[in-house]
Amino acid sequence: MTPPRLQALGLTFSYTPDSPQVLDPLDLELEPGTFVGLLGPNGSGKSTLLKLLAGVLRPTQGHVDLGGEDLTRIPRGRLASTLAFVPQDVHVWLPFTCREVVAMGRYVHRSGLGLLDSGHDEVVRRCMADTGVLDLAERRITEVSGGEAQRVRIAQALAQEARILVLDEPTSHLDISFQVEVMDLLSRLNRTHGLTILAALHDLNLASLYCDRLIALRQGHVLRDGPPAEVLEPALLLQVFGVQVEVQPGPGQRPRLFLVPTGSREV
Amino acid sequence: MRRASLAVRLALACTGGAALLAVAGLVGMLVGSVPITPGDLWLAWTDPARLDPATATILLDLRLPRVLLGMLVGASLALAGSGFQGILRNPLADPYIVGTSAGAALGASLAIVLHLPSPLPWLSPVPALAFLGALGAMLAVYRLARIGNTLPVETFLLAGVVVGSFAGAMVSFLMTLAHEDLPRVVFWLMGSLGQADASRVALVAPYLLIGGVALYLLSPALNVASMGDEAAWSLGVDVERLKIQVILAGSLVTAAAVSASGLIGFLGLLVPHLTRMLVGPDHRVLMPASALGGAAFLVLADTVARTVGAPQEIPVGVVTAMVGAPFFFWLLHRRKGLS
Repeated sequence: MTPPRLQALGLTFSYTPDSPQVLDPLDLELEPGTFVGLLGPNGSGKSTLLKLLAGVLRPTQGHVDLGGEDLTRIPRGRLASTLAFVPQDVHVWLPFTCREVVAMGRYVHRSGLGLLDSGHDEVVRRCMADTGVLDLAERRITEVSGGEAQRVRIAQALAQEARILVLDEPTSHLDISFQVEVMDLLSRLNRTHGLTILAALHDLNLASLYCDRLIALRQGHVLRDGPPAEVLEPALLLQVFGVQVEVQPGPGQRPRLFLVPTGSREV
Repeated sequence: MRRASLAVRLALACTGGAALLAVAGLVGMLVGSVPITPGDLWLAWTDPARLDPATATILLDLRLPRVLLGMLVGASLALAGSGFQGILRNPLADPYIVGTSAGAALGASLAIVLHLPSPLPWLSPVPALAFLGALGAMLAVYRLARIGNTLPVETFLLAGVVVGSFAGAMVSFLMTLAHEDLPRVVFWLMGSLGQADASRVALVAPYLLIGGVALYLLSPALNVASMGDEAAWSLGVDVERLKIQVILAGSLVTAAAVSASGLIGFLGLLVPHLTRMLVGPDHRVLMPASALGGAAFLVLADTVARTVGAPQEIPVGVVTAMVGAPFFFWLLHRRKGLS
């Protein structure tokens, strides 16, 4: 089943009526089945954009269109079974086990009133296996490391069995091996299952290696939108992040980036 | 070790809770300034006509409504506490956090000090005005805290404090005018099941039943809500609607309980924590288990309240806090954490 098209039309947003707009009127279209990376410095509006696209926030103007419907008019349950969103920092205050946390992803598919768990064991197990958290199943979510909790949260989103995954910095708490593992998993979900994936990413090299398309955001403005080779070039990166970067062709003609040392740390 | 399946945990928790409640009920019926034998109790159940009239009065007119009211009020406060802690994601939340207690206190003080008549014909003035006061406070907090279609937690807690402080000041003012009625006001504020009768049992029962069922049905969503608003929303829970539903159900249940028994402190904070330590955080088990636990706890506390200093009664709220606070501290110290 192809995921529906996700489209932003003239989106603007401000957190209170008097505060400045976080996004300029912004248009964006996510082709079904693509793996898109969202880049930009802190405060560029990445998280706000993701939350608008996931329906967590309501746009001040413009609207988000999901398969021909206004996102804000889609009932909660139907939306959650179509689009899963992994926020950046999730703090669970109750000592649920990791298995119970992943099983909450099945809330939207609950049978009856959801008062008894039944028939979800297989999906929950598979999602935990895919994210490498099966051995954490009986540990309490309040007692695992940040990186482990992050993977549990991704497993939970997978358990929603949604066709569109939106993730806010899914690799931020992970060490390098798990960063690669999560990116591999997302890539696999994208290629073999045809999921649309949109992720805010900090690591430009990972973004370059895995994404079909990158969107560079600065101050609520899309500065460039295209395949990695078009976006990851020195002049644009200087403009977006304010850093000097050297770019060389990497595997599969995907750009590979090197930071150019500046100032006192010159070598 | 794998946590047992939900059905098993639910069955264990309910059986254990029901057994505890049955024991508490027996203790509450048998123990008191006038000792009653199990034989008398059996006779009251099977053939009340053969019972000695004095014993019959004590059992059926005094202790039975008191034990029943204790069960209902204890269950109400524990349920509301579990719901509020869950939805506000705050381990310090208790049933009185919405200001219903202060509203009820204001209503009760008005009834006692100004000798107002009852506006509700089926209730005596004090519980009737206390109930209206609690509802008024709840609506005021809700109106103050609501922003558009949302009910932000911080605003809600602040509104509770504001309304609570205002009503509290009014109660203090009324107390300065009270003179000979002062002891009654003070006694009411400390909570007591001494006025238990059929009308008070009938006041609390329907709210507990409806509120309890509502909170139980909301418990799968409450589990998801422990992930935080944004995550819960993206998992398919309409968090704002859930907040309003839980707060409304919890406040109504509290309002009825407080009107019937005054301010019984600590139970609504303590029992949900104790129960969570025993049965885990899943609200589908926690709700019924804490209701049963709260019911048993209050009946036992009330038995202590009316026997230790007999014939003088201690307010049951004093007992719940004096027993509960050190016990809770000991538990926290042992577990080094709230959960």
